[in-house]
Amino acid sequence: MSSAAATVPTGAPSPPPPPRDDADGPALVVDALAKRYGDVVAARGVSFAADAGAVTAVLGPNGAGKTTTLECVAGLRRPDAGTVRVLNLDPHDAGLRARVGVMLQDGGLPGGAPSLAVLRHVASLHRQPLDVGVLAGVLGIDAFARTTVRRLSGGQRQRLALACAVVGRPDLVLLDEPSAGVDLAGRRSVWDLLTGLRDAGVAVVLTSHSMEEVEALADTVVLLAGGVVAASGTVDELTGDGQDRLTFGAPAGLDLRPLRGALPTTVVATEVRPGSYEVVPRGVGVIDPQVLATVTSWCAARTVMPRGLRVGSRSLADVVLELSGGDLHEPTAAAAAPPPRGRRGRRGRP
Amino acid sequence: MSAPEAPSPALREAGAGPAGLDLTPAGDAAPPVRRIARAVAFDTRTLLRNGEQLLVSLGFPVLALLVLVNAPLAALGLPTDLAGLPPIDVVAPGVLAMAVLGTSFTGQAIALGFDRRYGVLRLLATTPLGRGGFLAGRLGSVLVVEVLQVLVLGSVALALGWRPWQQGAAAVPALLLALLLGTASLVSIALLLAGTLRAEAVLAIANVLYVLLLGAGVLLPAAVLPPAIAGLVALLPSGAMGEAARAASIDGSLAVAPLLVMAAWAVVAGAAAARWVRWSD
Repeated sequence: MSSAAATVPTGAPSPPPPPRDDADGPALVVDALAKRYGDVVAARGVSFAADAGAVTAVLGPNGAGKTTTLECVAGLRRPDAGTVRVLNLDPHDAGLRARVGVMLQDGGLPGGAPSLAVLRHVASLHRQPLDVGVLAGVLGIDAFARTTVRRLSGGQRQRLALACAVVGRPDLVLLDEPSAGVDLAGRRSVWDLLTGLRDAGVAVVLTSHSMEEVEALADTVVLLAGGVVAASGTVDELTGDGQDRLTFGAPAGLDLRPLRGALPTTVVATEVRPGSYEVVPRGVGVIDPQVLATVTSWCAARTVMPRGLRVGSRSLADVVLELSGGDLHEPTAAAAAPPPRGRRGRRGRP
Repeated sequence: MSAPEAPSPALREAGAGPAGLDLTPAGDAAPPVRRIARAVAFDTRTLLRNGEQLLVSLGFPVLALLVLVNAPLAALGLPTDLAGLPPIDVVAPGVLAMAVLGTSFTGQAIALGFDRRYGVLRLLATTPLGRGGFLAGRLGSVLVVEVLQVLVLGSVALALGWRPWQQGAAAVPALLLALLLGTASLVSIALLLAGTLRAEAVLAIANVLYVLLLGAGVLLPAAVLPPAIAGLVALLPSGAMGEAARAASIDGSLAVAPLLVMAAWAVVAGAAAARWVRWSD
């Protein structure tokens, strides 16, 4: 995946990963996956691979195609185009159900049963599951063992769903936002478990909106935007070469020409989004104290307060925002979508 | 790559996952028979834990049995040939049909409708149970609950003087066949409803139909209804089940026409379910 590090979106699907037929290949290969719901395009050429013994985080704004991709991998949806190979098998192969643990975003746990009974039930479907009592202890499920699923809080339900996904000792786990709604202590236990899975050789594929989580856990990041892979690589590869940049917030639309004139030509000042300014080194340039002083003097001369002024490498959140077009909202039907076909189109769940 | 922070030492033993869990992949499904047996046991416990469902399964039928056996059946419009029989012979099979209607139709339609709404069908489809195993487990739990219902209601009816086997050797088998075919047809319809409509609609329809169908040839013979309606009722799976069960209880006969009606419903609804059911709404 490293060769595809931080590629800028071109609109075309990313090149497919090399074909691997041997058992040592990636645990999961997604190649040019496309899926639409009526007029809404959820995925239009998603390609990535996930290795055993690694955590692969699939990121992107709502509607980028993360859940659709995971559902196709889990065999819950059939892609319109492209291929998915899970442990070298078709995702609908019945033999995979014992080897792939799935945690869906909408839970899917039977509401009327006590929590621990649900976990025991899922464990009993496997020949040699994890010790339910120990797993329940690790994830804190024993604290609400007798509470029925429908009375659980969101975070408790997430931990139970995670336990159900891993109790069968899978080779691959697919986790749609595993720590959403989980409190700080619970999140620590979730992270410990995910790290343990990775260390034991499990391929962990998760989606997340928590950059903290991704930075802490992910070996590989796959960033989806508009139904394609906008970038992929390690967190370090995505956040750049470690070069410092200077960012600050100020009223939108300031005239930057005087600032550019005052700065050395080896740094570039731009307004990346209305009200968000950035000074980035080019070539041999560097953000040094002199650059900082120039910027603050320029601000002072205009009685502008540079709010949130920060010098440092860009964060993963910056990359996600940048590559997803700064738009964290649901995209409208993508430009690639055909003209509306009337009102009969099935409502999609991106 | 960014190194994840080390897990808290208290949770980690040497060479193992958190708290010594061996997380090494070893995914292997339990044998199919065991998976389905576990699903039957789990679903049965869930059904019996649901107080509302228990009321429909056992509470109401026991109450109906006690009330109707002492009711003036002739005054309810029962034809004289039936009104002259011991009341329990007419009432007991109707109450058993009522119990089956509640469990196999109303209970399952609502349970499946909400399982679909909350993604239970989707999630279990990703476990070794699979969709087929899930449905087998559900059907098994319906049969287990119905056996319990027949045991409890049958015992109460026996205490009230019901002796169906005195009507001939075929009486009890014919009665059980009627309940079994009724279950097959009603579960198929429940699955068809639950798998095609929104959960709220399923809830409303299943409850309204339960009340309407009870009065349409289930609890009491269709003969108490106007002739035109009685003819229609005989074509309903629930009405056919009631008629076939009563025929067995009253004179030990195997009522072929109602049994065929139920079989036809089971085949048609089953095929329609296979064609139109969607696993998520």
